[in-house]
Amino acid sequence: MNQKPDHFPEGENFYASLRTRYRVAAIWQTLFFSALLIAIVALTALLYNVMDGAFGYVAFDYKKDPAAFTSIPMNELTKEDLLVILKENLSPGAYNKLDNERKMETRAEGELYTLFLERLVQIDTKATWSMTDSLFRSAEIRAEAAEKYPGAQLEFRSWLTPQFLTTPMSSKAEFAGVRTAVLGSLWLVGIAILFAMPVGVGAAIYLHEYAPKNWLTSIIQTNITNLAGVPSIVYGMLGLAVFVRGMEALTSGAAFGVTDSNGRTVLSAGLTMGILVLPLIIINAQEAVRAVPDSLRQAAYGVGATRLQTVWHHVLPNALPGILTGSILAVSRALGETAPLIVVGASTFISLDPASPFSKFTALPIQIYQWTTRPQSEFHAIAASAIIVLLALLLTLNAAAILLRNRFQRKW
Amino acid sequence: MEINYAIETNDLSIHYGNFTAVKDVSIKIERQKITAIIGPSGCGKSTLLRAFNRMNDFVPNSRVTGEVLLHGNNLYGRNVDPVEARRRIGMVFQKPNPFPKSIYENIAWGARINGFKGSMDELVEESLRGAALWDEVKDNLKESAYALSGGQQQRLCIARTIAIQPEIILMDEPASALDPISTLRIEELMQELKKNYSIIIVTHNMQQAARASDFTAMMMIDDNRSGGVIEFGETRTLFTRPTDKRTEDYVTGRFG
Repeated sequence: MNQKPDHFPEGENFYASLRTRYRVAAIWQTLFFSALLIAIVALTALLYNVMDGAFGYVAFDYKKDPAAFTSIPMNELTKEDLLVILKENLSPGAYNKLDNERKMETRAEGELYTLFLERLVQIDTKATWSMTDSLFRSAEIRAEAAEKYPGAQLEFRSWLTPQFLTTPMSSKAEFAGVRTAVLGSLWLVGIAILFAMPVGVGAAIYLHEYAPKNWLTSIIQTNITNLAGVPSIVYGMLGLAVFVRGMEALTSGAAFGVTDSNGRTVLSAGLTMGILVLPLIIINAQEAVRAVPDSLRQAAYGVGATRLQTVWHHVLPNALPGILTGSILAVSRALGETAPLIVVGASTFISLDPASPFSKFTALPIQIYQWTTRPQSEFHAIAASAIIVLLALLLTLNAAAILLRNRFQRKW
Repeated sequence: MEINYAIETNDLSIHYGNFTAVKDVSIKIERQKITAIIGPSGCGKSTLLRAFNRMNDFVPNSRVTGEVLLHGNNLYGRNVDPVEARRRIGMVFQKPNPFPKSIYENIAWGARINGFKGSMDELVEESLRGAALWDEVKDNLKESAYALSGGQQQRLCIARTIAIQPEIILMDEPASALDPISTLRIEELMQELKKNYSIIIVTHNMQQAARASDFTAMMMIDDNRSGGVIEFGETRTLFTRPTDKRTEDYVTGRFG
């Protein structure tokens, strides 16, 4: 007989309780796994949904018969053929205008072919189908197309083409591209990071290394965290009031001799985005600065360094990987923001590349938003393609963040 | 005969907010000697040590009353810059904390920011020799200081400290993170260093204090948990014929 009080289960009781514990553990493990599964399914659905729109069957015909321009089959046309055809069939005025924009001979074959389709045979899209339908219901689609659009050709195409990336906006979905929007987005992100990174890192350094710890700094600290959660449209209103209207002389470039612009420039929008990501950058930079061990600061002070020398030579270099990663991730949020840009006044139709901070601009999310509101299905298809471009840009930025971090971490 | 003291304190008290961590310390620390500060955990040994080169300035709400005199000037006087205090009074920390840079840079940096004009290569060699590290690292000065062992890192930190040619070196339990052999090397090094520097060392290790120091300050907390020096004198006397009962209990290992 065991003399000790049996507060702990023994023998069969112990195994019974152990089995219960394992059963509970298994339930929780399943729950955790389901959570992961839901996340994976959601992401897959997102990607699939985008892909679904960007590829698929298209029914189209030509307003003018290609045979009227050339006897060569369309898919065998060479650059020389296209030059001759365009020269002969476009009106001299139209041809010269194109030639003045950029010499016809220097243009790529695909570009000339696009001109041929756009200006001469005038391709006309009748209907588009999603990728899923195109893959699994191709017979029905063929029948439907033959019935509804007699004479139209049916083709499986990707709306995401090299030309889609390099051509500017167009009122016809077949010829529209995201060039202006991609450049606009890059300008935005560039201006945002140039503005927000120095300011954000400076603020983080001051808060962590210089500011005394008192009620005032803790209020500031709390409010920076709160600002990170303010809806982006509010920043849009701020940008409209401060950058577009208040500082119009600067943001329109009027103070620098630019005359043909108002405050709705890529500079205003970039600064608005900068303000938008500023709290995130401050928080990330503070985190990075906080991660620098105190022993390092003490070592520096111990050999007679001033505060600036300590911060500049030791704290900043050691926090840099974290600061860079945090900043890039913060800025990649700006890349996807739409609401502030609408308020600040992104152009909805613009085919000129942004050439200076004082240019009018559009951005990828604006372009996507704009295209999805159009009734024609072909615009939905190019919106899906633009989303793929946006996602690719985001992934590139994030990859850059990881690469930078690894690169700087290897150095001591 | 007038003894020129390295550092003197008069009624030095250190407060954190309303709490007095160290109370009314008045000791005179001799030049080119090793002075050990011993006492149980939490008695304010490190706090007192860090008051000597104003490292407590970085602790929020810390406040110092009384005087710390270096050449008769109060370190906490109005016209004294803490940076200058740290330049004259170097410090070696409990955990080796080399900069995440090369061995060479670890030593050169402190000299450079203090405006050193001479030959850096010579200074680096001299300092490493002074810290008994030169022979071990002379062929890989460009390598990371983090590649060194703990004992080597601590000697590098000592080399870094003597590179800026301070008058006094403060050591905050410099061997507590090291193995016995590395500890012995640090103690031997201290005997070398005291030819040129005054050394103040905080230690938990009673044998270390007895072996390595010339003078010992015994600290203990009072009823308000404020630490104070209860006995200060030559190490031999303090360990063999302590005047205070608490010192006797402590050094004979009866508690603490």
